[in-house]
Amino acid sequence: MEITSQHFKSNARTALRNQELQSAMQIAHGGFVDKRAAAVNEIPEFESLRNQAVEIKNHVLNNLDHYLEKYAHSVSEAGGQVHWASTPEDAVNIILQICQQAEVKHVAKGKSMIGEEIDLNDALENHGMEVVETDLGEYIIQLANEHPSHIIAPAIHKTRNQITELFFEHHAKHGMTECVEEVATIVNEARTVLREAFVRADAGIIGANFLVADAGATVLVTNEGNGDLTSTLPKVQIVTASIEKVIPSFQELGVFLRLLGRSATGQEMSSYTSLYSGSKRDDEQDGPEEFHVVLLDNGRSEMLKGEFREMLRCIRCGACMNHCPVYQSIGGHAYGWVYPGPMGSVWTPLLVGLQHAANLPNACTLNGRCEEVCPVNIPLPKLLRELRRQIFERGLIDRKSRLGLALWGFMSEHPSIYRFTSRFWSRVLYITGRSKGSFDWLPFAGGWTQERSMPAPTGGDFVSKWHKRK
Amino acid sequence: MASTEKVPKKTVGLFATCLVDIFRPEIGFATAKLLENAGYEVDVPKSQTCCGQPLINSGSYEGARRIAKKITNTFESYDYVVAPSGSCIAVLKLHYPELFQNNPEQQKKCKSLASRVFEITDFLENVASAKITAAYDGHCTYHDSCSGLRELGIQQQPRNLLAQVEGLKFNESKDSRTCCGFGGTFCVKYPEISSRMAQNKSDNIEQSGADTLLGGDLGCLMNIAGTLRRRESQVKVFHVTEILANHRTTKPIGVPGK
Repeated sequence: MEITSQHFKSNARTALRNQELQSAMQIAHGGFVDKRAAAVNEIPEFESLRNQAVEIKNHVLNNLDHYLEKYAHSVSEAGGQVHWASTPEDAVNIILQICQQAEVKHVAKGKSMIGEEIDLNDALENHGMEVVETDLGEYIIQLANEHPSHIIAPAIHKTRNQITELFFEHHAKHGMTECVEEVATIVNEARTVLREAFVRADAGIIGANFLVADAGATVLVTNEGNGDLTSTLPKVQIVTASIEKVIPSFQELGVFLRLLGRSATGQEMSSYTSLYSGSKRDDEQDGPEEFHVVLLDNGRSEMLKGEFREMLRCIRCGACMNHCPVYQSIGGHAYGWVYPGPMGSVWTPLLVGLQHAANLPNACTLNGRCEEVCPVNIPLPKLLRELRRQIFERGLIDRKSRLGLALWGFMSEHPSIYRFTSRFWSRVLYITGRSKGSFDWLPFAGGWTQERSMPAPTGGDFVSKWHKRK
Repeated sequence: MASTEKVPKKTVGLFATCLVDIFRPEIGFATAKLLENAGYEVDVPKSQTCCGQPLINSGSYEGARRIAKKITNTFESYDYVVAPSGSCIAVLKLHYPELFQNNPEQQKKCKSLASRVFEITDFLENVASAKITAAYDGHCTYHDSCSGLRELGIQQQPRNLLAQVEGLKFNESKDSRTCCGFGGTFCVKYPEISSRMAQNKSDNIEQSGADTLLGGDLGCLMNIAGTLRRRESQVKVFHVTEILANHRTTKPIGVPGK
């Protein structure tokens, strides 16, 4: 996927002017926030669950090699195989090889952000395979030839109208020529089309929410049940996951499931929680003949070493973006890569390189709401600040900002110059602005005054006035 | 009575903050009046400047350290340091000590300062247990500025103080805890996103039915007042201290006149 994070500003501008996106975002926003609040308030132990989750994740990260090896061992005991992929290219090659060996023609795909991270669909299609996304949101954006704009609600930026049009355009070939406008009929039509894809598929690729080390189980939560059909019908099952998804045992799973549903969608639990472990046993009637797990690193072991380690606790619930007023204003595509919003503003620079995403950590008001709602207490503002420090020190901010900061810094270090300047500007701006009380336009502040006025000073700087009065 | 007079008053160094200093001295005077009414001796050190927040938030830590040292020295001698701003106080309280991870001596000084700095409503409510004598004939709502709210836990303090104001009616607006889009350097770097957030905030304020918006940080208030002014809204905007100090003659933010 092409990275456009460096064009964040123009991406955001486009998003702000996209009326469909704006109305879709407004409809979705209230739902997520209010439902989460209600679901969290329902259980007094939410805070304690959160602390437990942090402890478990920290323990796993401290012993990641141990749990990963344990997981791989358990998977192989259950008749599956774990493949280690350092880079996205490695992961793609492993998956292509599995598919080619099994002569796969049709792939059904469950939602997987790792799939997005490694650009899996393009690779499979370039090798002659048909890929059908089976999560409704993913299916919609596949029809629209787009990428997810949210990690759990990939088509959140689409209005119902746009979905109706997409279905009308793409479903004629399945013999469906009516315009479906109601949610129920939209879902039914998608269900009919996707049934064919499930039956046709000879490989099913799904993501994973958790990997249970001692049982070798993959845990997947969905609200549509598409993960189950994707993984149980085809003869080859492939799970794509990243290394930080491992947890020690089923004992810990409950803590995360209780946090995940509530934080993500305000549900007590997601509708389906599915466990997969290994291929069809000899005495079983059905299930996949091959079971593969492709574990992606892609910079995560590096993160483990340094100041961004806490980011690896992330369970991909999306609460940070649901509560981020910047994300809510512009949607996910403006962030320019796979992961949007607050968590994406940390992940993206770390995974694709600071020089390709220097805008993201700065495009945040540091209001702290993301940290407040994070189910695993990731100090997102602190991590964003650390990225800003690195961006500044590596000279990745524009010259104008650098100059402005240097000038402001110099003044703040020199009280007499600072006092003179404050007195001067408070006076000049007071004289020029007093008749209206605020400015409709100011040189150097055109961005501010585009859609709002700038209140004018009321005359004289406080410090000088105070000392004059005393 | 005679014995109490001998006890010297505790001193408060008033940290005006750069926006109040340049844009609205009334807030500085209101803050001083509230502190004096609560029995403190107020001083406004002349050598105070900006706290360095724009540099800290932009990752320019070297420059920020030099400013932090100066500010720490400037306010070293006071029993308390108080500012009419949550975000500037959060810088002094939380971010200064972080700047000196590798300089224990300076970090110690910063931590000593940190233990004595307070946002004004927090100080009045929790340190001074101040009694407010003020009246306001209006229907107010409040914007919780993010740094104060989430870094310092300021939410109930201004509401408790406002409850003492005679005649003041209060109701919450929807999403009062949501960022207004000011964000310091954010509104300079990303003005369009910032404007959108300010519009959303203004929608909620207007829908609350209040005729007055109060808040504790001038940056946010200028952002919201500027937006309300542009849409010719009748909602008046004041810093919370202006109401608590009973500054009845002051014009709302962004409105002409003295």
